[in-house]
Amino acid sequence: MAIVTYTQQDGTSKDVTVKIGQSVKDGAVNNLIPGIFGECGGACACATCHVYINDQWVEKVGPAGDAEKDILEFAEDVRENSRLSCQINISEDLDGLIVYVPDEQ
Amino acid sequence: MKVVIIGGGHAAGQIISSLLMDEDFNGTITLIGEETWLPYQRPPLSKQFLTGEMTIEQVTLHPAEFYETNGVEMKLGCRVNAIDRTARTVSLENGETIAYDKLALTTGTRVRRLSLPGADLDGIHYVRTIDGTETLRNNFAPDKSLCVVGGGYIGLEVAAAAATSGMKVTVMEMDERVMNRVVAPQVSAFYEKMHRSHDVEIRTNVAVTGFTGQDGLMAITCQDGSSFETSLCVVGVGVIPNSELAEDCGLKCDNGITVDQFAQSEDPDIVAAGDCTNHPNAIFGTRIRLESVQNAVDQAKAAALSIMGKPAVYCAVPWFWSNQFDTKLQIVGLSQGYDQTILRGNPNDGAFSVFYLKEGILIAVDAINSGREYMMGRKWIADHVRPDPERIVDTTISVKELI
Ligand SMILES: Cc1cc2nc3c(=O)[nH]c(=O)nc-3n(C[C@H](O)[C@H](O)[C@H](O)COP(=O)(O)OP(=O)(O)OC[C@H]3O[C@@H](n4cnc5c(N)ncnc54)[C@H](O)[C@@H]3O)c2cc1C
Ligand code: FES
Repeated sequence: MAIVTYTQQDGTSKDVTVKIGQSVKDGAVNNLIPGIFGECGGACACATCHVYINDQWVEKVGPAGDAEKDILEFAEDVRENSRLSCQINISEDLDGLIVYVPDEQ
Repeated sequence: MKVVIIGGGHAAGQIISSLLMDEDFNGTITLIGEETWLPYQRPPLSKQFLTGEMTIEQVTLHPAEFYETNGVEMKLGCRVNAIDRTARTVSLENGETIAYDKLALTTGTRVRRLSLPGADLDGIHYVRTIDGTETLRNNFAPDKSLCVVGGGYIGLEVAAAAATSGMKVTVMEMDERVMNRVVAPQVSAFYEKMHRSHDVEIRTNVAVTGFTGQDGLMAITCQDGSSFETSLCVVGVGVIPNSELAEDCGLKCDNGITVDQFAQSEDPDIVAAGDCTNHPNAIFGTRIRLESVQNAVDQAKAAALSIMGKPAVYCAVPWFWSNQFDTKLQIVGLSQGYDQTILRGNPNDGAFSVFYLKEGILIAVDAINSGREYMMGRKWIADHVRPDPERIVDTTISVKELI
């Protein structure tokens, strides 16, 4: 188990318990976090799971893979710390992770 | 407000999420699904679920606690037999009657079963449900042979999954090329070559005429008189929309349940979403029935809004994907009726895309290991752009500057 905090652009946030091995997208979808849809179920085909990683966590989470980069590049309002949350699997290391949900997917 | 949803697939799962996320929703939700599983994603069935890389838990859309916590009543393993629109009730196969204020039909499609001689022999499988796919997977064994009847994307994905599991796979396609219905010849050629390079035998222009065997399948017979020995076969020859329930209660159906741009049927209390609907798409100016996750999800969102009495138009550029071996095919738009294709990149490099034009306007892009072209394609198609073929083919121009 790890706790992940999902923060919206208006500042509201929700702490969610995510099982090890599940993705940051799964945690959002199972807890009705607005703004993260994860339509393709993690196939890197939709970019509806775009999140920004809190600066302190960027290194631990690591960079996007090639297929992810290609899709991510064209998501709305991409930043340095953008990732597709379906591609981030929760491990013990990520307990306490904070992500920000973009305004529009 | 009492919302009842018939059919527990992807669209149903999305209607539930959308209603629960809507601040104005304070009704109850009952889902009635024929399958015993919680709503799940079907795409992995022919991909990672078949190879064993994904479990049932991982293909499930939301875990059981999700429905419990949110008070959604799940009636699984129950089939709805009839809808009474006057009484506003649905009756289940087990004799139960359930009342609704708003009804959502998300009954999806069912596989087209072959009606050829011997087609009900043991050893002949279809990939549509967890149950069916698990049985097939239990029959996978290295070096065993598998014959796939139908070279559409599901058949080819199954072939790739089986070959990856070490099986000897043969694909039989009636047409002159695989995925004929959905992609241009260049793309079919690329996929045929790729499968062959993984030792999958692709036979085109072969019509299967029957199956032989006593206790179980032993051989498949073809129109040219040849016969192919195998004890395991997967059939992937398309699906049929489950619209009978709607038809029987007098709702208009025509290759699916007829709904408007708000996912609303003729009956103000009944919406429908997903594979089972025939709906208008303003971008293409035509009515369509789609079989894709994108459509199930986006139309379900519109259906939920209609239930809430705040209709919003569902109008999206369709998108779709297929994973075979290490190759990602991503399709955006609808290529039907194209009169010109432009190839960007070289298929021999394993990454390329095909742009489909109709009267000069971009209507679809098939992107093979080319996520950028796919993502830009979505915007371009919605904007009805007229691409300059000379620029498209020029791979020195970056995707963002192509149009
Ligand atoms: C093997 C496979 C691979 C796929 N791959 C992809 C892919 O890569 N990308 C993509 O975009 N799409 C893919 N698809 C298509 C995608 O899965 C479907 O478009 C999607 O599941 C449609 O969702 P739905 O809710 O409309 O219908 P379904 O998911 O089919 O759900 C309908 C449910 O309703 C139930 N039902 C029907 N009638 C009744 C009744 N009378 N009473 C109670 N229950 C009833 C059915 O049993 C079923 O469980 C794939 C499909 C398959 C089968
Ligand atoms: S869920 Fe589709 S790209 Fe992440």
